[in-house]
Amino acid sequence: MSVAFATVLDGLTRVPGVRSALLVSVDDGLVIAESSMTDVDTAAVAALAASLAARLARAVTTAGHAAPRSLHLEATGGGLMAAPAGEGLLLVAVTDPDANVGLLRLALRNAAGRVG
Amino acid sequence: MRAIEPWVEAPLDAFLRESSARIVLLMTSSGQVVAQHGFTRSLDVMAAAALGAGIIASTAEIARVMSLPTLGNVVHQGAGLSVLLAPFSMPAGTWVALVVFGPETTVGLVQLFCAGLAADLTAAAPQPRPAAPILAEQFEDELNASLRTLFGR
Repeated sequence: MSVAFATVLDGLTRVPGVRSALLVSVDDGLVIAESSMTDVDTAAVAALAASLAARLARAVTTAGHAAPRSLHLEATGGGLMAAPAGEGLLLVAVTDPDANVGLLRLALRNAAGRVG
Repeated sequence: MRAIEPWVEAPLDAFLRESSARIVLLMTSSGQVVAQHGFTRSLDVMAAAALGAGIIASTAEIARVMSLPTLGNVVHQGAGLSVLLAPFSMPAGTWVALVVFGPETTVGLVQLFCAGLAADLTAAAPQPRPAAPILAEQFEDELNASLRTLFGR
């Protein structure tokens, strides 16, 4: 993993409640770089998150809006937040249920600017 | 979709639904066809199975020569269609999935669901039986029966 990507992803995992941070290729659904605090199946998360983001982007643009800046999925055991990071890239954070969502959204946008 | 073994059908059907793959060929590591979806000509199936098994055998040999652990999946990514060759362990030996997919899905998703297919097939597989002696007259009958099952004629 390149040092620049490692620094960006490590910054995301320092946000309270973030378990894993990934940089994903949207076209392939493959992990480009990752920083994981726990035993998360990052390959599976990358594939499914990339598919979800691509489909949501298509739905939003079909509805006449600009491409989404972020997506947030809440589940009982945790959550997933993602943001586009330049051409064909997606930053994904896997979170605990009590993660600081506001801080994470800011951190994701900041990280996306540094990657893209 | 056509399968020689009926217990292969449900896991393969689920894989096709989830992965959006266009063509799937399941074979043993020696190139014997177990199931197929999307092929229309028997010659194409036999050629694809032989070539796919050959590619997996080649990568295994490269790994052996270079003293590497066994290599994993092989992906040929094309401008339109792409091909994934995924070997996996079954109770009776190694099987190979040859999957052709288009831009409506991703290599990550296909690999993810291919791992699920391998797990589902392993769970559904019956216990391996001891191999019966192969007789010339049985061989041709079994080959013809397999072709009828795979292509319905």
